[in-house]
Amino acid sequence: MAVKKSSKKPNVSAQELQAYYHDMLLIRRFEEKAGQLYGMGLIGGFCHLYIGQEAVVVGLEAAAKEGDKRVTSYRDHGHMLACGMDPNGVMAELTGRIGGYSKGKGGSMHMFSKEKHFYGGHGIVGAQVPIGAGLAFADKYKGNDNVSFTYFGDGAANQGQVYETFNMAALWKLPVIFVIENNQYAMGTAQARSTSSPDIFTRGAAFGIPGEAVDGMDVLAVKAAGDTAVAHCRAGKGPYILEVKTYRYRGHSMSDPAKYRTREEVQKMREEKDAIEHVRDLLLTGKHATEDDLKAIDKSIKEIVNASAEFAKESPEPALEELWTDIYADDASQTA
Amino acid sequence: MTKSNERKLTIARAMAEATAQEMRIDPSVFVMGEDIGPLGGVYGNTRGLIEEFGAERIRDTPISETAFIGAAVGAAQDGMRPVVELMFVDFFGVCFDAIYNLMAKNIYFSGGNVKVPMVLMTSTGGGYSDGGQHSQCLYGTFAHLPGMKVVAPSNAYDAKGLMTAAMRDDSPVVYMYHKGLQGMGWLGTEAGATVHVPEEPYTLEIGKAKVVREGKDVSIVSCGMGVHNALKAAKTLEAQGVSAEVVDLVSLVPLDRDTIRASVAKTGRLIVVDEDYMSYGLSGEIIASVTEHDISVLKAAPKRVAFPDVPIPFARVMEQFCLPNPDKIVAAWDEMQAA
Repeated sequence: MAVKKSSKKPNVSAQELQAYYHDMLLIRRFEEKAGQLYGMGLIGGFCHLYIGQEAVVVGLEAAAKEGDKRVTSYRDHGHMLACGMDPNGVMAELTGRIGGYSKGKGGSMHMFSKEKHFYGGHGIVGAQVPIGAGLAFADKYKGNDNVSFTYFGDGAANQGQVYETFNMAALWKLPVIFVIENNQYAMGTAQARSTSSPDIFTRGAAFGIPGEAVDGMDVLAVKAAGDTAVAHCRAGKGPYILEVKTYRYRGHSMSDPAKYRTREEVQKMREEKDAIEHVRDLLLTGKHATEDDLKAIDKSIKEIVNASAEFAKESPEPALEELWTDIYADDASQTA
Repeated sequence: MTKSNERKLTIARAMAEATAQEMRIDPSVFVMGEDIGPLGGVYGNTRGLIEEFGAERIRDTPISETAFIGAAVGAAQDGMRPVVELMFVDFFGVCFDAIYNLMAKNIYFSGGNVKVPMVLMTSTGGGYSDGGQHSQCLYGTFAHLPGMKVVAPSNAYDAKGLMTAAMRDDSPVVYMYHKGLQGMGWLGTEAGATVHVPEEPYTLEIGKAKVVREGKDVSIVSCGMGVHNALKAAKTLEAQGVSAEVVDLVSLVPLDRDTIRASVAKTGRLIVVDEDYMSYGLSGEIIASVTEHDISVLKAAPKRVAFPDVPIPFARVMEQFCLPNPDKIVAAWDEMQAA
């Protein structure tokens, strides 16, 4: 099946295009800054950057409404920024500071915001998929029309629990959109070496779950597919699968030099398919913005990102007393 | 003899009653698991619920433990109070990721931003020749991992109060009920577990142990089925002029170390009875709680009566040889005296 692309003359307002540009660029600059802080030793552990995949979350967030839920894997910074979480809180969590979303106890892979309906940030490949179904269950039970955006990668698509969840979500007609962010690599293993079929979205057919593939480097195509999926779920028709074909420019994590693919392959994607450049072109050629308008956006993003880095450096490290809080929802603890 | 105002219930009925009463007042409570609907739960603890609450709130699931336990975590984080059944604790092998990486950690990982108010109830224990994948207790496995409260009732009164407390708790509670105490006719049951249960709802504080028999010569500490073995041993010892105190842990996490320490400080001797495996488990933890705190209270080296470190065998003679029983507890006392 061909990957859906947006039409040449998209029916989209200048305001919307500028918002996509802003949100995608914010993620990219934020991730570049996180990469720098990692290089400076301010961020520990693994750090999975979202650079290259920005159109996926920005396009889908454009299809969401207040009350919708989202849950994802460890490559989660983009999702948090796209749903409106505070860059300061995210960056400070990366540096393990008290001002971080999880007070420094979660790190890059584990942040939550009930306020923004973001339910993590999960470190085990595929484990967030059942959670996404549970979020959808809760909303269906409460009788509202919220949907759950449940993101996972092409690698996670080979986890058994994904199919347990497909079955249960279809059986119970849960309003969950399974978003497969297919960035072509399961860590370092190319899809062709790990996955028996080229189209992962067709795997829903066994459970009666409709699905489609989408060009994930085209934010308008993602938004359009998101609208279709959301309408399906809100109408009570059960789950929907979107396989969004995307590409990550950086390694799997900061410790990955990405020797399993050629420099040329990455370069080609950057030059020919970059999602942000695509929107930039649409803005300028469609006269939806001037170079000066875009410079102003760039500048404001730079300020936001620099401020987040400053906050993340200046926020104090957590007091060791914090070790013993939040183990349970109440103040119970298990001490010797 | 039953007094006229007594209302004896099995643990299974006490659990179902607590769940029904909570569901009547809290619409966010729902039950999910394998055969908890029309079948009523393999161990009877959801019997009658589907008739009152219907299939929307009493949900039979596919045999997909990872999916439905993971989904319960998601629902709990989104304001629901799921009661989920893992039919046999032994089945944890297919879904432990959802339990200890998600359910147990997400409150902490979120810095308290989300709560995970869910109850994971699961059957434990053997003694009826069900083989080594349907007979384990695994208390130590669950209690070892931070982030879950763990309870293990020994009788119906405690079972009801713990069930209500667990459903009202904003943290995940693993509710480990022992098959041999459930009151299932086909399985046989321990008569001492079927006790008077008040009709009105009540809670039992999670994290508090109980001295269920006072004594002055030795403290026998256990939970679940082990409490009944300890009480029987205490009767035998009494006939020999030995006064045994029995401590029912009730909760494994948080562990009420104060009650254990106070009891051993009084008696000077400690026997721990545990149907879970011997090494790296509950029995060692209880002994360490005492010896780390104040070794001088001990008049003799502590003893353990626990399941040996072997996979649980099928053959009746072999399984019965391994299980704790009152005779082994009495023998532990005798060894303590001989030492």
